[in-house]
Amino acid sequence: MDAEGIRKVVLDELRRIAPELEEIEPSKLLRDQVDLDSMDWLNFLVALHERLKVEIPEADYQKLATLDQVVAYLSAKAK
Amino acid sequence: MIEFKLPSLGADMDEGKLLEWKVKPGEKVKRGDLVAVVETPKAAVDIEIWQDGVVHELITQLGTTIPVGTVMARLLAPGETAPPPGAAPAAPVPLAPVAPVVPVSVPAAPPASVPAAPPPAGLGRHLVSPAARKHARELGVDVEKLQGSGPHGAVTVEDVEQAKKGAPKPAPAPAEPPAAAPAAAPAATPPADKALAMRKAIAAAMSRSKREIPHYYLSQTIPMQRAMDWLTARNEKRPVTERLLMGALQLKAVALALKDFPDFNGFWKENAFQPAQGIHVGVAISLRQGGLIAPAIHGVAELSLDELMKAFADLVRRARAGSLRSSEMSDPTITVTNLGDQGVDEVFAIIYPPQVAIVGFGRLAPRPWAADGMIGAVPAVVASLAADHRASDGHRGARFLAAIAARLQQPETL
Repeated sequence: MDAEGIRKVVLDELRRIAPELEEIEPSKLLRDQVDLDSMDWLNFLVALHERLKVEIPEADYQKLATLDQVVAYLSAKAK
Repeated sequence: MIEFKLPSLGADMDEGKLLEWKVKPGEKVKRGDLVAVVETPKAAVDIEIWQDGVVHELITQLGTTIPVGTVMARLLAPGETAPPPGAAPAAPVPLAPVAPVVPVSVPAAPPASVPAAPPPAGLGRHLVSPAARKHARELGVDVEKLQGSGPHGAVTVEDVEQAKKGAPKPAPAPAEPPAAAPAAAPAATPPADKALAMRKAIAAAMSRSKREIPHYYLSQTIPMQRAMDWLTARNEKRPVTERLLMGALQLKAVALALKDFPDFNGFWKENAFQPAQGIHVGVAISLRQGGLIAPAIHGVAELSLDELMKAFADLVRRARAGSLRSSEMSDPTITVTNLGDQGVDEVFAIIYPPQVAIVGFGRLAPRPWAADGMIGAVPAVVASLAADHRASDGHRGARFLAAIAARLQQPETL
């Protein structure tokens, strides 16, 4: 899947968790834009793991602060 | 004859609207089966039954709002035969009698105690958002047959619309609609009314709590380095689907501490503390549309951390999808609230009556900590206890909180 496809999946899953979500600024912290608690975050990662078949170790959470970072991380992993 | 009554749905819910019967007269039911769906401002609640029997008569009509305790249906106890027509106000029931008739043993009154924990809900559960349920009713779509595309397979409004579009046009209405026309189906309450009703329910419970319960508050800062290291090491080897959250450790620590401090696990009723049988921890869950709900995870002290994490995730998912079980609504024996993700240092919680205690957790973050005459930064969390001074005193409360702290510092014992 290309980066655009991955971006679509990520946004899709974010909206499932936070249906009230409107626009996302791709380079700003996700945490400041989406009201995600730790359970939401875990569910988000589980969904990405299941749809994109990538492993996301806990140690990598810090690389996933913005939408752009999430997409870049997953694109590199999904190759 | 067993009278099936609308069970308690928690202290702040005194009535519910019947949306659906899941059983028919003549059908056999087992303890723990779901027999009806009742709408409350907080969720569509699956009502469980706690006795075996055969449904004899459904009394409550769909769409009716009934108070807790209303007799909704009558059932024949195992071995009991249907009374002759006329004896009961029921319509004749097409009923297969159970085996050869044995002398009827009158069923003992159901135990007043808390029902045993139902098995954790399967992941295959059919979730339907309340809005989708309503929409489906308007469009005449059977939601039970739909494949959901929402979170965790929940049926969404879009799915309903898709099904309607895809479905063949309904046959022209017959001149005389059949008696069971879907027109009789109850309409779910619009979301705005629901939000208002939920606010009112929370307001009533919290006002009652602050009016009646003399709260006392204690807090303790707990160093969490060991718990974090333990959790990191454990999660490192696991795929994301099997990871634990610190919240699960906290729930378990509270439950285990309660085994030694049963005076915080139960209810204040009729001017006395009534200890609860099981340890059913209510988890405060905020809802995206506003409001909160604190349904129970049953028997927390007996669950492994993996089982607890599954139950916890499942409960949050279903609470947010608006679908819970009656026992989850009525059974919490204590509540735990965690606002750490929102960045607060400490929670000063309000007890959910008739419970007698609530434990709060704040943010897990590095804090200055003195040890061996040195000050360093260690990850720590502030645990707080709000307890009912009628039921316990500060001294006991302090020891209970210390027991929770001790458990969290020995994560391998959780």
